[in-house]
Amino acid sequence: MDQLYREAIIDHYKHPRHYGCLEAPDYKAHDLNPFCGDELTIELKIDDEEIIRGVAFNGKGCAISLASASMLMEEILHESLDEVKTWTREDILDMLGIEIGPVRMKCALLSLKVLKKGVYGLDQLEDEELD
Amino acid sequence: MAIPRNLNGRAVAAAGETLDWAAVRSQFPIMERKVQGGIQLVYLDNAASSQKPAAVLEAMARYYRTSHANVHRGVHTLSEEATALYEDARQNAGRLINAPSSRECVYVRNTTEGINLVAGSWGRANLGPGDTVVTTTMEHHSNIVPWQILQAERGFDLRYVPVTPEGHLDRDVFGSLMAEEPKLVCFTHVSNVLGTINPVAELTAEAHAAGALVLVDGAQGVPHLPVDVQALGVDFYAYSGHKMCGPTGIGLLWARRELLQAMPPWMGGGEMIREVTLEGSRWNELPYKFEAGTPAIAEAVGLGAAAAYLMGLGMDNVASHSAYLTNYAYNQLVEIEGVHILGPGPEDRMGLVSFHVDEVHPHDLAAILDLDGVAIRAGHHCAQPLHRSLDLIASARASFYLYNTESEIDRLAAGIERARRIF
Repeated sequence: MDQLYREAIIDHYKHPRHYGCLEAPDYKAHDLNPFCGDELTIELKIDDEEIIRGVAFNGKGCAISLASASMLMEEILHESLDEVKTWTREDILDMLGIEIGPVRMKCALLSLKVLKKGVYGLDQLEDEELD
Repeated sequence: MAIPRNLNGRAVAAAGETLDWAAVRSQFPIMERKVQGGIQLVYLDNAASSQKPAAVLEAMARYYRTSHANVHRGVHTLSEEATALYEDARQNAGRLINAPSSRECVYVRNTTEGINLVAGSWGRANLGPGDTVVTTTMEHHSNIVPWQILQAERGFDLRYVPVTPEGHLDRDVFGSLMAEEPKLVCFTHVSNVLGTINPVAELTAEAHAAGALVLVDGAQGVPHLPVDVQALGVDFYAYSGHKMCGPTGIGLLWARRELLQAMPPWMGGGEMIREVTLEGSRWNELPYKFEAGTPAIAEAVGLGAAAAYLMGLGMDNVASHSAYLTNYAYNQLVEIEGVHILGPGPEDRMGLVSFHVDEVHPHDLAAILDLDGVAIRAGHHCAQPLHRSLDLIASARASFYLYNTESEIDRLAAGIERARRIF
């Protein structure tokens, strides 16, 4: 089990990185996971070269969804928007480094869903794009 | 009222205080199930759906193996047998709640469909601007959303009775809402989140005095409590088969005969008509007016077998066993540091304990318990307004039934302690 809740996951859950809000973010997106009631907001600031220079997230959720968001913030800081757009579900699973079953997949991928909504400026990203 | 025998003809432990609950457990084949590479399953998600005794599984299999045909149609042997089994099952399903007549017992898919039937038929015919429907924030979405949908169409007032901090319906607000002379009052028999047993007879008397009809969601009541719709005095009572040892896809809506007679059909099609012409149609007698199309025959047979099984055990025995397990679990969990139980004390609740644990999201708790082979529910349990009123987005829920044991509840408590250590 303890594989599902490896130390890094618990650490990011208890001490989330970049938790909070940005002043005047360039990108902001929010979404819910109706299955467990999780909600997540991600905010980004970019520079003239479209490099991400500020990140923040906030919301409520389980360890998997919040650790996923926290880790993702660290990964994308100082990356370009184009780079971020190439992130896939596999990248998220590699980042988490744990086996995720079908039920928890939506928890793990909520961060990516919100991030993509933000950078593409989409109100509604089809779930299939992440499945 | 004669208690029917177990349809299977198999020995059910004799009713009384000496009921052998280990023998009852052995009648549920799935209790042998191992999970997570060999751990004995502990199934504590009964409020979502219960497991099935062999008597129910065999009744359904026997029906398909020997007697399946469409009902109320042919004059051949199998159709007659299928019809007899289907109608016997209705008798048992009605007897379980002491319905005065099986003609007042309409098969539905589940409690949700039963409530939707009342909304779509009685509600659409009787509710309009200026009318009031009262429901409660304690309800499952199935006793809120059908009324919201109908409200958008018909334009009546929809009012909610709030829940007190102790987990009871607020009787003061209930009383003041009755002063508005609602046409219908809807509430659950037992809360699927708080476990609260609502005083159905008292609330019904109050609603009737105000001129309202009363609809009760019996999904969590029927599995655990002796239910007598006549003694309770209610007007509509709906329950699901799958939470009381029966199969999914079948349930029962009971309503007083004069209401059903006056109500228009809900769905059109075969079976529900007496005569069809191109100019119009006349409706079949009760309860078939509300049963369009080929029904879930095997599931109905299973529902009847489940009702017979429970009546064979004796609902008083079932209720005292459920109360014992609920009390035991409450007292185990209340001792664990960081565990916060939702709802009233053990004396006012039935069948379940919902809670949240400091630092541990319910979803993570359920995942950790699952690795120990313990199945509980995590989430909002289809009661988002209630969770919002408690300032929670989700909770964990352990719910009990006939076959559960003290040692299984001990395993739940140990798993919660382990989750606390991980976080």
